[in-house]
Amino acid sequence: MTAPSNTPLTYREACKQALRQALQQDPRVILMGEDIGRYGGCYAVTKGLLEEFGEQRVRDTPLSESGFVGAGIGAAMTGLRPIVEIMTANFSLLALDQIMNNAAAIPYMSGGQFAVPLVIRMATGGGRRVGAQHSHSLEGWYAHIPGLRILTPATNEDARFMLIAALQDPNPVLIFEHVMLYNREEAIDPRVTAVDISRARIRREGRDVSLICYGGGLFKTLEAASLLAREGIDAEVLDLRVLRPLDTQAILASVGKTRRCVIVDESWRSGSIAAEIGMRIAEDAFFELDAPLRRVCGREAPMPYAAHLEDACLPQPEGIAAAARAIVRPS
Amino acid sequence: MIEFRMPALGADMEAGTLVEWLVHPGDRITSGAIIAVVETQKGAIEVEAFHNGTIAEIVVPVGEKVPVGAVLARIDDGVAAASPPAPIAVAETPVAMAEPPAVAAAPVAATAPAPAPRVAGARIKATPVARRRATQLGLDLSHLVGTGVDGAVSLADVEAAHPKAAPPAHKGFDAGAMRTAIAAAMTRSKREIPHYYLSETIDVSAALAWLERFNAAQPPAQRLLPAALLLKATALALREAPNLNGTYEDDVFTPGPGVHIGWAVALRGGGLIAPAIRDVDRKSLPEAMDAMRDIVKRARAGGLRSSEFMSATISITSLGERGAESVMGVIYPPQVAIVGFGRIAPRPAVVEGRVEARSLVTATLAADHRVSDGHTGALFLAALRDILSQPEAL
Amino acid sequence: MSVKVHLDHAHMHHLLKEMIRIRRFEAKCVELYQAQKILGFLHLYDGEEAIAVGVMQALGPDDSVVATYREHGQALARGVPANLIMAEMLGKLEGCCRGRGGSMHIFDRQRRFYGGNAIVGGGLPLATGVALADHMLGRKAVCACFFGEGAVDEGEFHEALNLAALWRLPVLFVCENNLYSMGMALARAEAQTDIARKAASYNMPSEQVDGMDVIAVESAARRAVAAINEQGGPYFLECKTYRLRAHSMFDAQAYRPKEEIEAWRDREPIVRLRRWLEANHFITAGEIEAIEREVDAEIDAAVAFAEAGSLEPVEDVERFVTMQEVPQ
Repeated sequence: MTAPSNTPLTYREACKQALRQALQQDPRVILMGEDIGRYGGCYAVTKGLLEEFGEQRVRDTPLSESGFVGAGIGAAMTGLRPIVEIMTANFSLLALDQIMNNAAAIPYMSGGQFAVPLVIRMATGGGRRVGAQHSHSLEGWYAHIPGLRILTPATNEDARFMLIAALQDPNPVLIFEHVMLYNREEAIDPRVTAVDISRARIRREGRDVSLICYGGGLFKTLEAASLLAREGIDAEVLDLRVLRPLDTQAILASVGKTRRCVIVDESWRSGSIAAEIGMRIAEDAFFELDAPLRRVCGREAPMPYAAHLEDACLPQPEGIAAAARAIVRPS
Repeated sequence: MIEFRMPALGADMEAGTLVEWLVHPGDRITSGAIIAVVETQKGAIEVEAFHNGTIAEIVVPVGEKVPVGAVLARIDDGVAAASPPAPIAVAETPVAMAEPPAVAAAPVAATAPAPAPRVAGARIKATPVARRRATQLGLDLSHLVGTGVDGAVSLADVEAAHPKAAPPAHKGFDAGAMRTAIAAAMTRSKREIPHYYLSETIDVSAALAWLERFNAAQPPAQRLLPAALLLKATALALREAPNLNGTYEDDVFTPGPGVHIGWAVALRGGGLIAPAIRDVDRKSLPEAMDAMRDIVKRARAGGLRSSEFMSATISITSLGERGAESVMGVIYPPQVAIVGFGRIAPRPAVVEGRVEARSLVTATLAADHRVSDGHTGALFLAALRDILSQPEAL
Repeated sequence: MSVKVHLDHAHMHHLLKEMIRIRRFEAKCVELYQAQKILGFLHLYDGEEAIAVGVMQALGPDDSVVATYREHGQALARGVPANLIMAEMLGKLEGCCRGRGGSMHIFDRQRRFYGGNAIVGGGLPLATGVALADHMLGRKAVCACFFGEGAVDEGEFHEALNLAALWRLPVLFVCENNLYSMGMALARAEAQTDIARKAASYNMPSEQVDGMDVIAVESAARRAVAAINEQGGPYFLECKTYRLRAHSMFDAQAYRPKEEIEAWRDREPIVRLRRWLEANHFITAGEIEAIEREVDAEIDAAVAFAEAGSLEPVEDVERFVTMQEVPQ
């Protein structure tokens, strides 16, 4: 089931292993989504699963996001554990009514009579030169909705095991997989057999500034930390892992230590999850701060196609490092 | 409910450390009760509350340094609605050491519970943690250079300015800080107050003779010193020149509510303070003597009260035995005059045409020319001379 | 479940009582709404009772129901206790949903009643999912999904019908065509007004039924359920009916003439059934009065129950935003 120890695998393979484990362990688990079966998955995540588990368990759906997400909700209410794949977060807008008005609301509206133990996976983010309708980062938007749990696995370990934990959650869980991570190779520690889906994790300890990030932004942020280290600035990198509920305690602990922070968030700046994080820091760690709060976010434009323009719209390691530098060593 | 705030207890005082509470929540107090001891650059000062009521809440704990104007405690005076704050001035500009409580109430005190700004109109950019640390260390942010973002004072800047972690816990005073404060006050005085000077050499032989007879009949503890005569005589002489007794602020002279004479006391280890002896004109000589003795003792040992620092309406600097022949004083703003007495010593004098050895003292008057002139000053000195020539009337 | 409708006295009495019960319940709601005890939106079922009552005769306790915001009739006919519905509308803790949902969001787990949905068309995908789960878990159950003809315009209608037919899911789609989606008349909204025909294009059995005739509805529903159970796959019933009251309490009904409403009042299901029963001497005036008395007593008791109810403590307002476990 798990890759042999120390063999690097891709993020994509880690996702697939998680799905296989889920299908194998629980007969109530079914997969639904566009082109997940015969096509093998738009990002090849589900390749081979139809052949292995059959078309009752791995269901290719018509192009009906609202229809099959709603079906997933109804099925979850009545005893199945569906894992619905929405091809990308951009298409999820067609199913937003079902997600917000049904999945997130039915447990509450019914006074606790029904749970919706549904998992929805979506590819998210930009960088593939696929233009404005295919490059959104909406995980921060979804994190606004009470009733949902929002996961942003960045490491292969999290891609491998967050799904399994999500299936134990009685609430709807949305998992956002960044498109630029699918090919990323990394070995998973063979001793790890499970992860939590509630805590942020420090990926690099530091003293001078907290770089708070998630998902696709993690590795750019780690690279920024390397750049800063060469200049003698010791950056702490905090991988949020979960955008709802936010691990506020971890955020405050890190900023309380370093007294400075830069939040890295690929989505558009205004009203982003970076704004929420910044506000929480201002609310509860104001007196610890030794510098203004800063964020590095996406440029406020629909994503352009031209490569240099798209790159300019996304956070980059040098931009993250520059933001940190400006508050650690103001000139 | 009344908010009892850190009073400004001296020239350029900006913050004080609460070193002792003399009351607890629930204690009933009457106006004038001493409720706390605050340490300042001038030393430990007993602070009085001017309310009747019950201590409702102690806000500032022992050991904490707070700026002038910060709420120290809350007193339940039985009035439900928001009460006016204690009549303690929170000045926007550096204040002199002595200030009458009635002339107070800069608008800042009446409304904002925040600490008084350092300098009128100036905001200091500092990070939240730097600000907090500076308060803890008793540092004035306006003296620090900021190297943080946008030139803000950062934590590192504060730490660099004061490497020691904790403020000193001992009672007593920081001589260096006192000299700084005095220097500031004196500089301001000379800069702002147009001084004029008069002097009068007074024959105090009769007074000293009277003193000797008086003291012979007293137990040692109740004997008077010549200084007591000088003190009382000054107070009485002010009746002839009331515009030497009072304060000058905002282009207005306010006569003092009483004759509260700041008596300059030299402290061991250096430093000079002039706490007020109140209503000297209404004290008998023995009372005046006791008050003087008490002030000097408490000035040296600690235990001076806030009102003693704020209420002087005129000051006397008397150099005593070791001093020079005369002393031209520097007025303590916002007062308008300072009387100086040199050394009482035998000197040649003309008596009825002949030169004799007499006990003489040179009295000087330095006064604010915006409020009085040489004529007034001369009247004062003449009165002083006359009064000292009739010591039994003192 | 037999396809035959029992035309005996007991069953006729039952059908009439069920419809009168809904009618009187809705009347009581009007009274409570005007007294501001029911707040927000209130959508009443007057004129459409035959559909809820008729279809419910074909369903058993193992089947499930998905309805719309105009669901009092479906909830009552399904067996959700009147006092729980009433308490819910008065916002009380003792309501079926703790006062969290109100009139538009009646849920009852025990009776497999999945709402109560306020988004037009939003329940159809849900119904396909319920049917999918029942089907995959080997339960022999039909999910009856009620919706108005307005839902037919929503994309979700098409997605759900397509998916149900494609995956052969046991869904009974019941379209209550009352000729108006709020203020929008059918002909002004539909390029194709033959709704059963639209459904048929998804390759599922599709029928039109006289929605004012409770026996016709019951008969069609029984046949549909039998077909679903025997052959698998969904079934579509377009029930033609009319809404005697306004869309909701805020509606001035500027979009339809009063004469039209009065004409339909003469054809509404309770009047229809009564006339038929009286003409055939199947029921006496006394029996009808008794029905009305019993029904009113039940409703009065429901109101009393609701008014005596308590309010959920405000401290609990975030309870059930997230569930601690999946209820079994």
